[in-house]
Order: sequence, then structure tokens, then C-alpha cells
Amino acid sequence: MTRPFLEVQGLGKTYPSPQGPPLTVFRDVNLHIQKGEFVCIIGHSGCGKSTILNVLAGLDTATTGAVIMDGQEVAGPSLDRGVVFQNYSLLPWLSALKNVTFAVKARWPRWSRDKVAEHSYKYLEMVGLTGGAEHRKPHQLSGGMRQRVSIARAFAIQPKLLLLDEPFGALDALTRGVIQEELLRVWSGTNQTVFMITHDVDEAILLADRILLMTNGPEARVAEAVSIDIPRPRQRTSIIHDPNYYAIRNHLVEFLATRSKELAGTANPDGDDATPQVVQFPTQGFPRPVTPAAATKAPIGAPTSSAKG
Amino acid sequence: MTLPLRVRALILSGIFLALTLGLWELSHKAPAAAGEMTEYEMLMGAASEEAAVPPPSKIIAHAWAELSNPFYDAGPNDKGIGIQIGYSLQRVLIGYLAAAAVAIPVGFLIGMSPLMYRALDPFIQVLKPISPLAWMPLALFVIQDSEASAIFVIFICSIWPMLINTAFGVAGVRKDWINVARTHELGHLRTAVIVILPAAAPTILTGMRISIGIAWLVIVAAEMLVGGTGIGYYVWNEWNNLDLTSVIFSILLIGVVGMLLDMALARVQRLVSYAD
Repeated sequence: MTRPFLEVQGLGKTYPSPQGPPLTVFRDVNLHIQKGEFVCIIGHSGCGKSTILNVLAGLDTATTGAVIMDGQEVAGPSLDRGVVFQNYSLLPWLSALKNVTFAVKARWPRWSRDKVAEHSYKYLEMVGLTGGAEHRKPHQLSGGMRQRVSIARAFAIQPKLLLLDEPFGALDALTRGVIQEELLRVWSGTNQTVFMITHDVDEAILLADRILLMTNGPEARVAEAVSIDIPRPRQRTSIIHDPNYYAIRNHLVEFLATRSKELAGTANPDGDDATPQVVQFPTQGFPRPVTPAAATKAPIGAPTSSAKG
Repeated sequence: MTLPLRVRALILSGIFLALTLGLWELSHKAPAAAGEMTEYEMLMGAASEEAAVPPPSKIIAHAWAELSNPFYDAGPNDKGIGIQIGYSLQRVLIGYLAAAAVAIPVGFLIGMSPLMYRALDPFIQVLKPISPLAWMPLALFVIQDSEASAIFVIFICSIWPMLINTAFGVAGVRKDWINVARTHELGHLRTAVIVILPAAAPTILTGMRISIGIAWLVIVAAEMLVGGTGIGYYVWNEWNNLDLTSVIFSILLIGVVGMLLDMALARVQRLVSYAD
């Protein structure tokens, strides 16, 4: 097996506490993410998923473990990893366009002014922000528009890994749906690897190739990796008719409602160095070839678990 | 019919002004009719009336005369009001710009480095409350030049609000924006220029506005001490001449110039402010 594009090994974060024992937010997080994969991570507040994302971004450091991307250890922030934050993090004194061009200039310092502008326009166009809107300041844009600028900026620098920290959390449900599909459209034209935090089960199923489920903190871990094999291109309106949709959805909701609590503080049954348990939902009628052991056991439409070491 | 708030406020301001000036004018007694003078009056050369606070009409007439020829120069004791204001403004601007050149970089340093903040804080806390004029004797002794000493006093009084506001603004830049700079691999200098300076600019400008206000307050007092030229010297000189008309006129002019300085910086502040 070739080395995965992104390897997270034994990641853990412990905060010292003045009274009592130190607080371990999460531990033994082991992940492999392949190039071009879209991975969502879901968990209750306080399980440390934002910290994991910040460690991947290089903005925070873990207490234990390491992150290796493309054969190199992540140490500090880099243009190879673009981040979209929940609160957009646009610079409010710059226009939408300038918020993108400053990033493009940082990425390719030798580009001419025209080339920077052309490249930035291309990405703003992808998220539908042209025709005058690109010259507005962030406060003159709606929340959805601001997040579009933020997404355009992140894609424009063509990072090896795109990190999305609950990007649609602050948007109303209708806007969220529209931007989710836009994100899918922009993403599908690229081979962009994405790691995204979300609280929204439907959003995760729509977007992800794989959904990581975290147990509750403290001492949280990634308990399961649910493969979403619903064929692409996906659309919000049609995806709900997929035969596996509700099986997956129920599995996720059930995990978040009960098992995330039950599994809290437990260790990975496959050992601390193991990656999370893989859960697959083979396509109905056409069982997808999975690991031989799992394929024989799996009843159609029901989750199959297989440990991948 | 209701007029816009602006217009109503303007009308009310006009009424207040007319009332104040009217009462002031009326309260002023006209000089006693020229009659038999007492012995005392003859001794004083009938000066007691002249030394009373003059009425607004006289001040306006005087202001008109002064402002219609503001730049005449008839020797050291008789220069146009424009020249005096010019001297004061020149001192204020030199001292103020020198202070900005020191305060803003040092403020950046303090704002960006918690170590420097803690190390320099005691000095700032002790130096800040010192009345700028208390520096004057030391300045005169060390610099040995009254002109430069006045500029130094302006420098020392305008440095603190700019320094503290810059440090405060820089330290308060949102973590998210710093993270944007970090994820885009901007170096320290480019982070300072592209992110921190524009983010902190409104706070820095607030400090600059406070400073120019203080500098303009202090220059009058400083010039009363060092003498020679300037609007502060002019006020004191006219007091020595017992020319209260000129004193009141220059007091008002000091107010107007101070207001213009503040308005100029307010305009700059509007340019750099941003809505979040």
C-alpha cells in the first residue's frame, strides 16, 4: 500500500490544569487521508475537533503524536494548507477581490498584477461573486457571500489540503444548502483534499467520501470512519432517494445521540495505534467489493464493520 | 412641518450664540459721559473703564482688523495673528510628528511583544502622568534653546496617547486575522503592514487625535514660558499690554485652530476606519 497523503499518528492534546490532574481533550487519533478525498469529522462540542483541525493547519500544536502530509511533518502554518474558518476571517478593510488577491500574491509572489487579478477573478467567478459584488467590503456582503469569498480565497491558493472549520455553521439553512452545492461543484473540478468539521449530519453525507465520528470529550477519540459510497455527482434533492441514505443517516444520528456518550473515554478496541473502525454501507443489490472478511458477513444495506490497522 | 435635526440644531446654536453675545453686550456699561473727573480718574488717565472686559462688538471689530491683515510684521512685539499662529503650528507639528515617529513603532513593539510590554510598562506609567511643562527647566538646561525646548515639551506630551493607543490597538488585533496572516505565510514585517497596521489604524488614529489635542493645549502654556513668538506668547503679551480685546480674540482663535486640527485628524480617521 502506498503511503497515504495525510497521516495523523497518535495525536493527543492535554492541557495542564492548576488543580487536579491534567485535562486530556482527545488522544490516540490516527487517521489516513488519501489525495483528493473529502473527509468530514463530526462530534459534540468539546471533543477537540477544532483543535485537531488547527493542528493540521499548523496553528496549534498537539501534546503527543504527529501529522505527516506528503511525507513531511506539519510544523507551523503553510500555504500548502488553506483554512476556511466559521467566522469567515476576511480582512474587513479590504474588498472581496483584495481579500483574494492578497492571498494569491502571498502564494505566487512573482506573478504580475494582471495574472494575480485574473486568477482571483476566476475563483470569485466560481462562487458567483462578480458583477460589482467583488468590490464590496465584507460588511456590505451577506453571510453567505462572505463565506463564498472565504472559500474562493482558500481554493485560489490551491493548497494541498483544504481545512474547513464548520464553514456553514453561521449561515441560515437555506443559504447553507445553496453553498453546500456550490462547494461540491467547485471541489469536483479539482483533486482537492478536504478535511471539514461540521455539526450537520445531512451536510456531511452530501459532501463527504468518509465521515469520522468522534466520541465525547474529554479523552475523546475518533471511533468510526463511515464510508459514504453514494455515487457522485450528488445533489441535495436526489441524494435523499439513495437507498443507503437513511441507513447512513440513522447510523450517524444514533452514534451522536447515544454511542458517542457510551464510548466516551474508552480505548480503541483494536489498540491505541489503530485507525478508527471502518463502517461501510454497500450499495443495495450491488455489494461493493470490500475486504473479503467483511464482504461475506455483510447483510445488504446494513453497516459492516472492519478494522483497518 | 418639522425641519431636519441638523437644521434645528443649527437654529438653536444660533439662538444660544445671539443670547450670549446679546447679554454680554448689554451688560457692558458704556463709558461714563465725559464730565468732571475725580482726582483718581485723572491719575489713572480714565483707564478704569478701558480695562473692563470689552463687549463682543469691539472684539468682532478687532478680529476683523486682525484677520484682514494677519501676516504683517512690525517688529518683535507687533506681528500679525497669522504669523503667531504659524509659529505655534510649526512647533506643534514638529514635536507631534517626532512623537509619532517614536510612539508608533515603539507601540507596535509593545503591542506585539508581551515581554516588551511588561518591561516598558513601569517607565510609561511613571513618565505618562508628568505634566509636560515640568520638563521645561530640564529641557532648557539640556537643550539650551528655548525654541527646541518648546518643541521637546510638545514631543513629550503627545507621545503617550499615541504610544498607548498603538500598543492597545496592535495587541487587540483579532486572533483570526493574525491566523489568516499565518496561514498565508506572511513574515513579521508583512503581517505588520498588511494585517496589523490596517486593523489597528482606527485605534492608532484615536491616540493621534488625543495627542494633537493635548499638544495644542500645551503649546499655549509652553509659549507663555519661552516667549518670543507664538500664540501663547501673544496671549501673555496682550495681557501685559492690558489689551483684553486681543486676549479674548486670541482665546477664540486658539479654540478654532484646535478644532480644525481635530477635524483634520477625524477625517483621516474616517479614511482608515472599517466596519466589521
